[in-house]
Amino acid sequence: MPATPEPQYLLQVRDLSCQRDGRRLFAGLSFTLAAGGALQIEGANGAGKTTLLRTLIGSAGDFAGEILWDGRPLPESLPQFRESLLYIGHRAGVRGGLTPLENLTWYGAGRAAAMQALEQVDLFGFEDSLCQNLSAGQNRRVALARLFLPDAPRLWILDEPLAALDAAGVAALQGQMGVHLRRGGALLFTSHQAVALAGLQRIALAGFAVDEWAESAGGEHVFG
Amino acid sequence: MSMSSVESPVGAHGGRRAPGFSALLRVELLLALRKRADIANPLLFFVTALALLPLGVGPEPALLARLAPGMIWVMALLATLLSQESLFRGDFEDGSLEQLTLSPQPLYFAVLAKSTVHWLVTGLPLALLSPLLGLMLNLPAAGYLCLLLSLLLGTASLSLIGAVGAALTVALRRPGLLLALIVMPLYVPVLIFGTGAVQAAIDGYAFGPQLAILAAMLAAAAALAPLAAAGAIRICLDN
Repeated sequence: MPATPEPQYLLQVRDLSCQRDGRRLFAGLSFTLAAGGALQIEGANGAGKTTLLRTLIGSAGDFAGEILWDGRPLPESLPQFRESLLYIGHRAGVRGGLTPLENLTWYGAGRAAAMQALEQVDLFGFEDSLCQNLSAGQNRRVALARLFLPDAPRLWILDEPLAALDAAGVAALQGQMGVHLRRGGALLFTSHQAVALAGLQRIALAGFAVDEWAESAGGEHVFG
Repeated sequence: MSMSSVESPVGAHGGRRAPGFSALLRVELLLALRKRADIANPLLFFVTALALLPLGVGPEPALLARLAPGMIWVMALLATLLSQESLFRGDFEDGSLEQLTLSPQPLYFAVLAKSTVHWLVTGLPLALLSPLLGLMLNLPAAGYLCLLLSLLLGTASLSLIGAVGAALTVALRRPGLLLALIVMPLYVPVLIFGTGAVQAAIDGYAFGPQLAILAAMLAAAAALAPLAAAGAIRICLDN
C-alpha cells in the first residue's frame, strides 16, 4: 500500500479527500513539501482551507487518502510529526489571562528569547499586560511571535497568518518566513493575500472541488 | 505568582517538548488565581444558599440539625456544578485547547491538571468553609470532622466527574442545563455516600467505610474521568 518512501520530502499528501458535515469539500488533492519549501493554499471562503490544515495536523479524522510525514504514514508517525509541528490556527492559542511573555514562555521560550521575539513583532512594552486587554491585532502578533523564537519547530502550518496584521507586521512576518525556509524549515499556510516568498508554490483548492450534484447519491458513504 | 512560574517546555532539538504535569498545574493555578470572581462565585452561592435556609424552614435548632448534613452537601454539589461550566470554555475559545491536543503529551494530564486546580479553587475552599456553616445550621458536634473529610474527598470526585460534562459541552454556547443533565446522575453516588457518612458520624456509628468508598470513587474518577474528558474534547474539536 504505502509506496516507496521518499525521505527528501518532509510532508507528502496523496489523493486526499476531506469532508465536513457530510459534504465533500475537495478530492484528489496531492502535493509534497520538501525542506525549505513553502506552500500557499488558496480558495474561496468555505472551500475547505481550514479543514485541510486541521486534517493535516491530525485534528480532523474525516478524510480519505494518504498523508506521510518523513516517509511514514500519518496516524503512525503522529507523535514525531507533532514534535516538529508549529500550528497557529484561526483561534490563535493565546491565553487572555496570561501576559504575552507568559504565553511565549508557555510555548517554550526562555525569557530573553521571548523578549526578543516580542520586540520583533513590535510588542515591546506590552510584555507584562494581560493579553485580554490587548487588541485583536496585538493578540495575533503574540501568537505569531512564536515564529520568531530561536528554536522553532521544522514545519509551520499557519491558518490565515496575515489576517489582522498591518503592513509592517506583514513585512516582518514575510521576512521571518524567509529565514525559516533558509534554515531548512517547511511552511504551509492559507491566505487570501499575495505573499512574496522565493520558491512559493500555490495550490488553489477550487481545482479539486467536488460537485456534489454531479456525484452519485452514494457520495456520503465514501468514508464509511 | 511570578513570571518564573511558567515553565519552558522547549526540547533539546528545536522540537516542542510537551509541558510537564507540574508546568500545566502551575499555569492553570496562575490563570485561576487571576480570575478571582470565578473563585468567589461558587463560595458565595454556597454561603448565601445555606444562610437563607433557616429563613425558609424556620430557625428551630432541632430541625436545622437534621437538615444540616444533607443541605450542606447538596449546596456544595450545586456550587461545584455552577463553576464547572467554564472549565474548558476559555481555552476552547482562545484556541489553547487545540494547542494542548497537538502537544505530544497525552491530553489526560492536561485534564487532570485542570480538574486538580478546579478542586483547589472550589472544592477545597467549600470543604474548609463547611464547619462554619455547620455551626450556623446547628450541626451536632460529632459530625464536623466527618463533614470536612467527606467534602474534601467528595468534591475532588465532583471536580473530576464534572470535567467530563464540561468537555462534552465545550462547543456549546450555553451548556448550563445540558451539563447539569449529563453530570447530575454521576454526582448522585458521591452525594449518597457523602451525606451517609456524615449522618453515620452524627448517629454515633463508624463512618470509615463510607469515607473509604468516597476515596475509592475518587481513585476511579482520577483514573477514568480525564480519559473520558480527553476523548470528548477531541471529538468536539473534530467538528
